[in-house]
Amino acid sequence: MPKIIRIPTPLRKLTNNEETVEVNAATIGEAIAELQTRFPGIKERLMDENGGVRRFVNVYVNEEDIRFLQNQETPLKEGDEVSIIPAIAGG
Amino acid sequence: MEKHEKPGGFMKALKCRECGREYPLTANHVCEYDFGPLEVAYDYDRIKASMTRAAIESRPQTMWRFRELLPVAAEPTVGLEVGGTPLIRADRLAKRLGIKELWIKNDAVNYPTLSFKDRVVSVALSRARELGFTTVACASTGNLANSVAANAAAAGLKAFVFIPSDLEQGKVVNSLIYGAEVIGIRGHYDEVNRLCAEIAGKYPWAFVNVNMRPYYAEGSKSMGLEIVEQFGWRVPQHTVVPMASGSLLTKVYKSYQEAIKLGLAPESKFKVHGAQATGCSPISAAQKAGLDFFKPVKPNTIAKSLAIGTPADGFYALRVMKETDGAAEDVSDDQIREGIKLLAESEGIFAETAGGVTVGVARKLIASGAIPADDSAVLCITGNGLKTLDAVAAHAGFTREIKPSLREFEAILTQEEKVGV
Repeated sequence: MPKIIRIPTPLRKLTNNEETVEVNAATIGEAIAELQTRFPGIKERLMDENGGVRRFVNVYVNEEDIRFLQNQETPLKEGDEVSIIPAIAGG
Repeated sequence: MEKHEKPGGFMKALKCRECGREYPLTANHVCEYDFGPLEVAYDYDRIKASMTRAAIESRPQTMWRFRELLPVAAEPTVGLEVGGTPLIRADRLAKRLGIKELWIKNDAVNYPTLSFKDRVVSVALSRARELGFTTVACASTGNLANSVAANAAAAGLKAFVFIPSDLEQGKVVNSLIYGAEVIGIRGHYDEVNRLCAEIAGKYPWAFVNVNMRPYYAEGSKSMGLEIVEQFGWRVPQHTVVPMASGSLLTKVYKSYQEAIKLGLAPESKFKVHGAQATGCSPISAAQKAGLDFFKPVKPNTIAKSLAIGTPADGFYALRVMKETDGAAEDVSDDQIREGIKLLAESEGIFAETAGGVTVGVARKLIASGAIPADDSAVLCITGNGLKTLDAVAAHAGFTREIKPSLREFEAILTQEEKVGV
């Protein structure tokens, strides 16, 4: 069941410039693991040494910040769109 | 001013605040390794040689008198008249708030769009032109949209501004009038911001607070540098700064540090305090709880210009308050309106809702002793009340309407005398 991950500009070197990637994962945590399998090195860009999402990375499922959902446990269903956005913007 | 032989002028590189990796001076705001914010690194030795008090004092009264600390490579081309706003001694307000010495840095009369955002925009658009952009854009709670629209119009640049669709009418009209493309997003600012981050990744535009953010944000330093100079080349003991993304607070702090480092002001202890609206207080809530990270919130406040639930610089703002031993506070919508009235009635300054937040928070911090009554404090007023009339219109009082008749006028006077007005 494909879900769509939008890849932010700073990570596109790792995804051969793909702007979107389809995954089959059932949660955000699994989606990041799946990305890591296909694009080695991407996980350490997104996660800190304690396994949490980095301070300056915001992750959204269908426009909602995962911190208002279930963080890395947030479930994904078919057709969901995940955006990974640098936190350091705006204001 | 000396000629800049180097392509970056006084800038050396963009540098990640998290890991220190350096990047070229392009339109880029994020470290590709850890998503940390990129910041402009300067050649402070050259700056120190060029930027003496005497040199600064010989220049026009605009923000560009601090040119060396503002990140453009050559001479600025946009917003040359911005800044140089008054720092006024506010004795009547000081009395009302119970403090010995109080000052207002009044960016409600900044040029041309009546908010501190003209400072950041003049830097961002000058730099955008240097980098060859012809279209500029922003995600805004209103004031930034006004400033981008106006300054882009004056510079002949095309502008797209993105705002929450429910902004105050004054702020919407103030963007439309300059001919900018105004896109109203059905959602709060954080959603506007997220969309803009995605648009910025796709279109070759200079988004002032996305890919141009390292340059843009530095413009805020000019507010702090002006305070230092107007304060007699001293850093004030206390500065109260409103927080939306937290960027202004971090840059005021940085400007104080730079003034000391460059020998423009003597080393002294100073505290930087942060002000938020209770209806959107992720940073002040974290500060009061002693945390070094914030929890995002969904904003619900009349202070729409501060309504950022996921503040980009929240983490660094918390760090600044911790390092300077500053405090944070937040105030309710009613306290914001009271703050606006208090400032207007005691000093003749009509600030927007963010100014009401700053005054209301200063009152709380003075009452709690976080700002001792014997000290002196500067309040940063960042925007003009004429833009947020909706917030106070029903609370400002009412007009007494009479026929053009002396008898009717005197009846009002008599009535007022009876009730002791």
